[in-house]
Amino acid sequence: MSQDTHPYIGFEEYSGHVPPSIPLAVQQATSRFVGGRAARVAELPQWEQLRQIGSDIRQHTIENMDVYLTRLEERVEAAGGNVHWAETAEDARRIVLQIAKENNVKNVVKSKSMATEEIELNHALEAAGIESLETDLGEYIIQLAGTGPSHIIVPAVHLNKEEIAELFSEKLNINAPTDPIELARIAREVLREKFLDAGMGISGGNFLIAETGTLVMVTNEGNGRMCTTMPDLHVAVVGIDKVVPDWESLTVFLKLLARSATGQKLSTYTQFITGPRRAEGEFGPKEFHLILLDNGRSKILKDPVGRDVLKCIRCGACANVCPVYKNVGGFAYGSFISGPIGAILSPQMLGTQAARELPYASTLCGACADVCPVKIPIPTILRHLRRRVAEGDAFAIPTISTPIRATANLASLALAQNWIYRLGARLLPIINPFFRKNNWLSDMPYPLSRWTKVRPLPPFGARFRKWWNVRSTKETESPR
Amino acid sequence: MPKAQLFITCLGDQFYTSTLQNMTHLLERLGVELTFPPEQTCCGQPLFNNGFEDKTRPVALNFIQAFSKSDAPIIGPSGSCVSMVKHHYPSLFKDGTPEHAVAVDIASRTFEFTEYLVNVLKITDVGAVYPHKVTYHASCHYLREMGLKTEAKTLLNNVKGLEFIPLNEEETCCGFGGAFTVTYPEVSRSMMENKVKHIIASGADTVITCEPGCLMNVAGGLHKAGSKIRAMHIVDLLSSKEELV
Repeated sequence: MSQDTHPYIGFEEYSGHVPPSIPLAVQQATSRFVGGRAARVAELPQWEQLRQIGSDIRQHTIENMDVYLTRLEERVEAAGGNVHWAETAEDARRIVLQIAKENNVKNVVKSKSMATEEIELNHALEAAGIESLETDLGEYIIQLAGTGPSHIIVPAVHLNKEEIAELFSEKLNINAPTDPIELARIAREVLREKFLDAGMGISGGNFLIAETGTLVMVTNEGNGRMCTTMPDLHVAVVGIDKVVPDWESLTVFLKLLARSATGQKLSTYTQFITGPRRAEGEFGPKEFHLILLDNGRSKILKDPVGRDVLKCIRCGACANVCPVYKNVGGFAYGSFISGPIGAILSPQMLGTQAARELPYASTLCGACADVCPVKIPIPTILRHLRRRVAEGDAFAIPTISTPIRATANLASLALAQNWIYRLGARLLPIINPFFRKNNWLSDMPYPLSRWTKVRPLPPFGARFRKWWNVRSTKETESPR
Repeated sequence: MPKAQLFITCLGDQFYTSTLQNMTHLLERLGVELTFPPEQTCCGQPLFNNGFEDKTRPVALNFIQAFSKSDAPIIGPSGSCVSMVKHHYPSLFKDGTPEHAVAVDIASRTFEFTEYLVNVLKITDVGAVYPHKVTYHASCHYLREMGLKTEAKTLLNNVKGLEFIPLNEEETCCGFGGAFTVTYPEVSRSMMENKVKHIIASGADTVITCEPGCLMNVAGGLHKAGSKIRAMHIVDLLSSKEELV
């Protein structure tokens, strides 16, 4: 969805009613990834160097995106593929539907793709009467559940095995056990049939190599291969930010990605797709279509601070270490992408009207920036976007609420005119007796109630200045 | 004799008078000649971190004016407030302006309390005695923005009678985050409760932090949980002369 049309993302509203099962499931899964990542990083003494190289290549690429995209288009076409440019999500959906229509496609199999979640492709396919089936296990689960993903690489991370078994039982009309292996087997059986039937396979892509026009897919389940080789048509929807200059730079990202994402050295499958099959008898589809999705990215590119978000390689490591994400889950971010990276991408993609709460959905603890494999300065971009919300900039007018703006104006005045601050510090203890209980202040009125409903506040008691003055006077009177 | 200016921080000023007194005594005992510029208020971080950069500038100017009367180092008991001055003040003013030059100068001589002790004065044993089981919460800006990974622990390690107990998820945010506590109180609650749970499980009787903000949050959380564990600023522990039992 694009700017202006996206519904308001009420992070606070949601975060006050998080089902308790979500943080439990999320923390269990993410702590496994965090441990795995730490172990892989410890094995590589040159990890920090690798991150720096990765960061430099991504920086270079987004700054020269036009060059690499032009090269990519040329090479994909030279390999016999078709390149389509989609300026908006709507354009991308229309192109997919048109290809489907031209080829009389009734059934589609999909591999996991953030780009197709971004453009909400499944809804469009369904509306056009085309059956679209997610074949990644996590995506299959959330498709059955009718939701979007709640984590970049583990879309169904918010569900535990009991909830998945219940979902399978209800939707597939079976009696599903809670054993994960058994659940995977059930899904595999359903999916196998569909692969054989499908007229079109739709994928995303982890990288696009400009040098040879190659689509790179990094997966673990093998379904990606089936989607891209069994049907006669392969359509890949990929964000323009996924382009990398050449194979040499790709090796850096392959080293960084799986280690950061799942704690693997390399994912189970790494697929390289250069155009469709060239001769009868060769593997692969007859036609290969690459849809290059802009959807606001070239606008983001114009912002020298915010554009670093486009360096992202979608590993999810930032979410795995984010204490906010781990307590609210992915749906709180109200968009296809969640966690710290969602908090800096959505406000740029959807605008700071709909997503104005997201830049504030962080304590600026910085854990995300420490693990980001391409060194995106997430806290810096969060502050940058907070500024866009609070004061506005060249890209957007301020959208912050009037009471908060008024509070900030008042605070600025009181803190800059130190006599006001000092007077306030002397007056504040007056309110202590009204709320004091066991040397703590409780049940205070708004806005302090938002603090005291969670934990009590220490009593106000600015006595240092007076103490210092008395002490200095004494010292002057009777020097030691 | 080294000279220093006390930067008491607004949270320290409002809520932790005795910590500031302890910091004064401790630094003086270590031979530092202290001054206190009374014009100081707040570093402006609450405004800056919430997107009000234009509104931060006059607050930063007040700070800069207060502390530029002396060229002595500026010492504060908070990694977060110090980081604001050290890392963000220069970005508030245009390169080449007089304000920028002063901001850069002020930034270069502002130090967090433990950083000043360990890295500037080269003191790792302040002669404190504290015969207790102590665990440690690494505050986010102290740890990540200031890069202070070992300073507090080195100082704690040299306290007589102190038994150090590592904290599970030591480096995970406690849920303070300044205005975050009131912007998203329920998320702040979950994060605080998680921190408190680990502190209680550690078996320590004292938890140390180098940050007034985390201290308010964690101490309040422990109180609410009915725990008797003491949450303390590192300054107060280092000032302790409790007898060995």
